[in-house]
Amino acid sequence: MASGIKDKVAILGMGCSKFGERWDASPADLMVEAFEEGLADAGIDKNQIQMAWFGAGIDAFNVGSSAMPLSIALRLPNIPATKVENMCATGTEAFRGAVYAVASGACDIALALGVEKLKDVGYGGLPQRTRGVENDMYWPNLSAPGAFAQLASGYRAKHGVDKADLKRAMAHISVKSHANGAKNPKAHLQREITEEQAINAPYIAEPIGLFDCCGVSDGAACAIVTTPEIAKRLGKADLVSVKALQLAVSNGEEAGFKTWDGSHIKTTRIAAQRAYDEAGIRKPREEISMTEVHDCFSITELVTMEDLQLSDEGQAVRDVLNGDFDADGRIPCQIDGGLKCFGHPIGASGMRMIYENYLQFQGRAGDRQLKDPRLALNHNLGGFPHQNICSISIIGRYE
Amino acid sequence: MFGITAYGAYIPRTRLSKAAIADANDWFDPSLRGLAKGERSVCNWDEDTITMAVEAGQDCLSVLDAGSVNTLYLASTTLPFLDRQNSVVVSQALNLGDSLRTMDVAASQRAGTSALISMLESGAGGSGNALLVASEHRRSKCGSRAEMLWGDGAAALGVGAEHVIAEYLGSETYVTDFVDHYRGEDSTLDYEWEERWIRDEGYMKSVPHAVSRLLEKAGVSAADIAHFVLASDQAKTPAAVAKKMGISAEALVDNHIGSVGVSGVAHPILLLTAALEKATAGDLILVTGFGQGTDAVLFRATDKIKNKQPKTGFAGALSRRREDANYNRFLSFNNLVEREVGKRGEMDKQSYLAAMYRRKDLLTGFVGGKCRSCGTIQIPKENYCVNPECGELDSQDDYPMSAVQGRVKTWTADRLTFDWNPPAYFGMVEFEGGGRLMMDFTEVEPGSIDTGVPVSMHFRIRQFDNQRGFRKYFWKATPVQQ
Repeated sequence: MASGIKDKVAILGMGCSKFGERWDASPADLMVEAFEEGLADAGIDKNQIQMAWFGAGIDAFNVGSSAMPLSIALRLPNIPATKVENMCATGTEAFRGAVYAVASGACDIALALGVEKLKDVGYGGLPQRTRGVENDMYWPNLSAPGAFAQLASGYRAKHGVDKADLKRAMAHISVKSHANGAKNPKAHLQREITEEQAINAPYIAEPIGLFDCCGVSDGAACAIVTTPEIAKRLGKADLVSVKALQLAVSNGEEAGFKTWDGSHIKTTRIAAQRAYDEAGIRKPREEISMTEVHDCFSITELVTMEDLQLSDEGQAVRDVLNGDFDADGRIPCQIDGGLKCFGHPIGASGMRMIYENYLQFQGRAGDRQLKDPRLALNHNLGGFPHQNICSISIIGRYE
Repeated sequence: MFGITAYGAYIPRTRLSKAAIADANDWFDPSLRGLAKGERSVCNWDEDTITMAVEAGQDCLSVLDAGSVNTLYLASTTLPFLDRQNSVVVSQALNLGDSLRTMDVAASQRAGTSALISMLESGAGGSGNALLVASEHRRSKCGSRAEMLWGDGAAALGVGAEHVIAEYLGSETYVTDFVDHYRGEDSTLDYEWEERWIRDEGYMKSVPHAVSRLLEKAGVSAADIAHFVLASDQAKTPAAVAKKMGISAEALVDNHIGSVGVSGVAHPILLLTAALEKATAGDLILVTGFGQGTDAVLFRATDKIKNKQPKTGFAGALSRRREDANYNRFLSFNNLVEREVGKRGEMDKQSYLAAMYRRKDLLTGFVGGKCRSCGTIQIPKENYCVNPECGELDSQDDYPMSAVQGRVKTWTADRLTFDWNPPAYFGMVEFEGGGRLMMDFTEVEPGSIDTGVPVSMHFRIRQFDNQRGFRKYFWKATPVQQ
């Protein structure tokens, strides 16, 4: 039986660029911005990094393939560097690679960096791109909101939820994230909104309206990881360690077999249970202090609360409207603004979630600092509700 | 006995109000106002001659065993491909197998009737059935008389020796190089000559030549004709021709100019389906096709005709309609305006022919798989069975699903993605008996889609590759109630 990743790897330093429409910043500029912060935070020299994992989601509109763009941008000293891509879960994948390298003993210090330059394409939303030669022949031209909007129809059918009630809960989620984002100077969107604004915004993909969608942003984030022992030796205090890293990937069952009901994300349920087991968490609602979930759309965040066992099945609408996941609720969600307002540069998002955990645990989260957080869960989802990649990381104080 | 064994019809649901055409164009040509009565059928953006042919063919196969079809002729002057046999695409979408005669018949407005005569005279079908599909997606200039009077549509006929509903009594063709209009190899639109000349020197002379020869040969009196089909966009001409020949005014099959429009090569066959729908045993049916002369074909309805009503038929296709008063949309669908498609519409749509060929059973035939081990139905058919309890390798037999009804599981109306007619409706469809697929919807009325709504499958255009002059097809779901 594998012993898991818990407490084998600590974070030595992290960095995150300002997210947003960074018209004047190249992918290399964004990488350097995040990297320099991370390096300074780690207090090491660049040459002490022995291996690197590079996350970039969309080849065609970003930096191109391979890990060379990372190595060249940072002038890394010819160390092993690997590019990873797993759709919107790419950021956590880069982190997973670096963490596993350290845990295996293959190296002492590893870098994970994710970057995405989305605002070079010339239009709003994620870039329209090929889904592969065969898929393009019969898949609908489903946009990301078009894919996730279907969760709402599945959820309503399963739980008999009224359209207006669901929309109101969705609006609450976005209003909350905007309020949180307004306190985050690195966030893409820093303006508060009202529930009326969210409800009355035009449809992007029914019932998803403009304010149900996350920001489409440029940005980069990075983590430098090592063992807790080395971190201590390097003088690092208030250690933050990895408690669990889990990934569940669809195998076509939801899309092609009869069991999935369209109201939830199957892989989230699987990855969450595995992560709780790996981290030794028995009662997530009591033990998890904060979550950063993949709120690409408000409806995704809503069903994710159930998939993570933080709401009872069918009760997320009630819990959301009750404020359970607001900044002052029982388990604050997206305290940094989330994908919704911090923004969603695909390759960086998973790492950005961990960055917020790290700041919170170190008491460096400024106006949005939570009181004494112990364990954070990050949920990073790639793909569509009917076939996807769910990555879950649990990060906590090293105690 | 040899003759017609089945029929089917298809008329696009969209019916453009002719007043909308006049409103947009009578500043230039006030005479259009006088023609602006009723409506005309209009292909949706994802319909063409091939997709309409498939629809008409399916309707015909609702009363004809697909396994008996050993010949498929597709007649049209608006075939999407000049070099790629269009009838083969139709045959594969209809799952007619890989052992049949196929042929495209084109280049004249009487292509449908000529193909029909050829089938009847050659005894095509032999012991089985031959299928004729006539289909036309008519193109005309903006603001033209043709735009006002023409429509899109398709019709299908089964021809064979068993279960004949209209016995073939004979045919005759009068041939003359009468050029009332033409379309050269580099044109997409017709060039026409004067209407009055076409009437006097064309219809009024050409049709009687062929018909009189046929009636004489068959020993039939014109007065005994119960149904007379003469397709024409000249509202009064068919009646004048009938009168000249002694065919009763009651026998004249209405051209439906004010409800469908004249659908070119498809029209004589479509009107024949309308006649067959009304015919009773013993009725004499005379069908003509006009173009560089005239085809004339004579049938007598048998007592089997009442039991061979197809699922939709002409009346069904005519009544299944959606009003549209948006002339700009019609122009846009017919490429008559250069339209902003947005940057998402600019994505390259290369057709990878090798991959397409590999996947043709799915793409054209909508064939899924049924697992021999556990019975699970799945689409697409893949290497391993999708049932996690099974997972057998190479265990799936072909399972055609184009005729299987489904229900909407999840759905949305997407306004972000590119679509020729936004919003793009799509979602997950769950099929009766098993299998589910994330797929496009088409012909959706706002408010008509929700979880649980039953849907049927329709062969439609999935994508145009305008850069390379190609188009891809796939199946889409449409609410059954519509």
